[in-house]
Amino acid sequence: MKSVTTAKFSLIAGAIGVVILLIAHAVGVDYLYFASYTILQFIVLATAWNILGGYCGYVNFGSAAFFALGAYSSVFIHKLYPLPVPLLIVIGAMVSGVVGLGMGYLTLRLRGSFFAIATLALAVVLQTLVVNWDFVGGSRGAYIIRPEYLEIGSFKIPYIEYLFALMLALAIIALVSARTIERSQLGFGFATIRDDELAAEACGVPTLKLKLIATAISGAFMGMAGAPFPYYIGYLQPSSAFGLEYAVNSIAMPMIGGTTSWVGPLVGAVLLGSAQQYATVTISSAVNLLIVGLMLVGFVIIAPNGIVGLVQERLRRKRS
Amino acid sequence: MDISLDLLINAIIAGLLLGGFYAAVTAGISISFGMLDIVNIAHPGFVILGSYLAYYLNIHLGIDPIIVSILMLPFFYALGALIYQVYHLSFEKRGQDALRGLAFFFGLLFVTEVALILVFGVDYRYVEAAYIGPSLHVGFVDLPLRMLVPCIAALALFAAIQLFITRTFTGRAIMAVSQDQLALQLMAADPIKIKRIAFGLSIATAAVAGALLIIIQPVEPSVGREYIGRVFAICVLGGLGSMPGTLIAAILLGIVESLTATFYGPSWAPAVAFGFLLLTLAFRPAGLLGR
Amino acid sequence: MSALLHVDNITKRFGGFVALDGVEIEVARGERLGLIGPNGSGKSTLVNCICGTLQNETGNVRFDSQVMDGMSAHQRTHRGLARSFQLPRPFHSMTLADNLRIPLLYTVHARSGPLRSPGDLTDRCHELLEMVGLAPKANQMPRDLTQVEMRKLELARAVAAEPKLLIADESMAGLSNSEVEDILALLMRLNERGITIILIEHIMSAVMKFSQRLAVLVSGKKIADGRPEDVVRNPEVVRAYLGE
Repeated sequence: MKSVTTAKFSLIAGAIGVVILLIAHAVGVDYLYFASYTILQFIVLATAWNILGGYCGYVNFGSAAFFALGAYSSVFIHKLYPLPVPLLIVIGAMVSGVVGLGMGYLTLRLRGSFFAIATLALAVVLQTLVVNWDFVGGSRGAYIIRPEYLEIGSFKIPYIEYLFALMLALAIIALVSARTIERSQLGFGFATIRDDELAAEACGVPTLKLKLIATAISGAFMGMAGAPFPYYIGYLQPSSAFGLEYAVNSIAMPMIGGTTSWVGPLVGAVLLGSAQQYATVTISSAVNLLIVGLMLVGFVIIAPNGIVGLVQERLRRKRS
Repeated sequence: MDISLDLLINAIIAGLLLGGFYAAVTAGISISFGMLDIVNIAHPGFVILGSYLAYYLNIHLGIDPIIVSILMLPFFYALGALIYQVYHLSFEKRGQDALRGLAFFFGLLFVTEVALILVFGVDYRYVEAAYIGPSLHVGFVDLPLRMLVPCIAALALFAAIQLFITRTFTGRAIMAVSQDQLALQLMAADPIKIKRIAFGLSIATAAVAGALLIIIQPVEPSVGREYIGRVFAICVLGGLGSMPGTLIAAILLGIVESLTATFYGPSWAPAVAFGFLLLTLAFRPAGLLGR
Repeated sequence: MSALLHVDNITKRFGGFVALDGVEIEVARGERLGLIGPNGSGKSTLVNCICGTLQNETGNVRFDSQVMDGMSAHQRTHRGLARSFQLPRPFHSMTLADNLRIPLLYTVHARSGPLRSPGDLTDRCHELLEMVGLAPKANQMPRDLTQVEMRKLELARAVAAEPKLLIADESMAGLSNSEVEDILALLMRLNERGITIILIEHIMSAVMKFSQRLAVLVSGKKIADGRPEDVVRNPEVVRAYLGE
């Protein structure tokens, strides 16, 4: 198979994005915008998780915490001085990236499981902080009134369409970044960490530095996914920003899709994301999450390489 | 802030009692994570499961929660042995325990929590027993029985585990698994079987810890998450797998949390454990008693 | 000229167990040193301390007139120290060629800047695989290799880092006589190109043939160091090997 260059891939991805945008605009149903926004948000989260989890083999259980950091950065800034959402996304990325870096610095020198445990505890603590912080709404939550339209000159774009377009752009950026990393020297370095850290060091790979880079990139993307969330939901409560569905989905989606390439999280997020959107209408959200949890357990036991792994296996058998 | 001596001493004693209870919750993790190196983050989920069983049998049949937990020991042990078998065959044997094993336990934690929500809802549940409510008074010191009884039960459990590990053949084999595989072979013990027993034991402690938890406070399904930070902080600070270290660390955390709750408000308490955990990882990853 | 490697009085403990007890070793540039000792005598611990996988408690390691203490393993690799692991540790998710690409990307490039084009990189990987006779398997995965091939890959990966000093930790265990000869010839060729080599080995015939000097480690202490034929006649060494 001839490999496509990053530039070409970005063009293709961008073009697909524009097509999706046009189709969405032509259909013009608000519910569809809301539903697809959630799926796109999960593509960003799953891809971000996979940069550290899938490529380097370090498990982050605190996706919800990084997501919420992005969301609450936006709330904080909104209360001080409302900035355009794209700027908030950049700020959310920086806040989450820096927190990821700090946590990584403290725990990544130790064995892998310590990092995982620390991320698990991080979610509880950040939630405690937010609940006790009245400026961003405390336990009651914060209202952010979403404007009806975004006005640029004489153009008026429905705000939900604007948010949808932003999240679509973020998903494309995340996927292109993940794919670029995968094929770069950095990606090779990440893979050596996943395979054997001692051998990686002996080959000259600066493992701690690479792990910190991965944690920062991964955290930053999760923060980006969270930054527009208050505008999307309109009323942000700690329990929704730190929602269980973020923590479990951002692990389950790559694990079920496949962790070794950028395709896995995409497949997992689209499949699980749309299934959940559909199921929330028909069955309760708790049953919904139970199914995701059971699927996660089932997949890690039975199909450790996810759907992408299953497909590759099938293709290989057909060829031989 | 007016720090009166009464308040301070009462806070410290409440912390001591709380710490004793924390030791019971952490005992299982000290075995699974500390000795077997299995990162069972689902442990708090099983503790909550223990709480709900205690609640159910207490409300419907009127059995004392602690007695319920003792009746539940064999079932929890079997559950633990089963989980270890799945873990071993799916991850340990294939050499994939790091990433996928963690995801597996995370999935279990999650499934337990959601299943409890589906069965019991998200309302707080509590148990009824004669010792919930009254307090002993020694001078100005307040000893609520609701805290004292779990603390004593927890210490009894802890002592039983310590005795088992140091005095029985199986117990010493468990210690050997954690330290020296060669010694284990010399003892002619099958490491997989020993690990299965140890893991079963670790989950069995969750039955007791769960019953004690619901005596101390009302429980809802997501309470378990607050305990993840706590138990791992205690386990690491206690020096992975050292039972005396675990007890000291548990009491330390209990006291610090109790002081925080008394002087800053109870909503801050969950953050204390995390601070503990990060500081430990940053400065003393080998634990308090470690070298 | 000063020695390439100076190991000065290093000590390493694991809990109460003293794995290395004041070990001193010097290796001159271009030298071929054999290091022997019974199982558990601390040979691998010594390698780990020299290469930065473990940190020694006392003493220091100087390499190429630089103090290595406090440096992480990858920094030492960048400065020209390379090792093969006693039990091969290939990168399981990568082809053989990609396994060799890692030290080229991360050590050779870090040292001399990214001079090579992707084509050169591929050529260099194949050259290295050719050297150990694994070229036909360049696109296979490590799990397809035999134990012997795995050891060859391990050695090729260490050589790929273009080291000044190569530490070969039991590269020949389990190999047939002709394979031992192959590896020995390979190590001799590398040595002729100016690479200093420490060979840790149990196969005495190979060690005797290869080494210009022989050091013996017993219970974490160096008990002999000198010309190979003298060392093997040293009564203390004989006692350590044959028992009292």
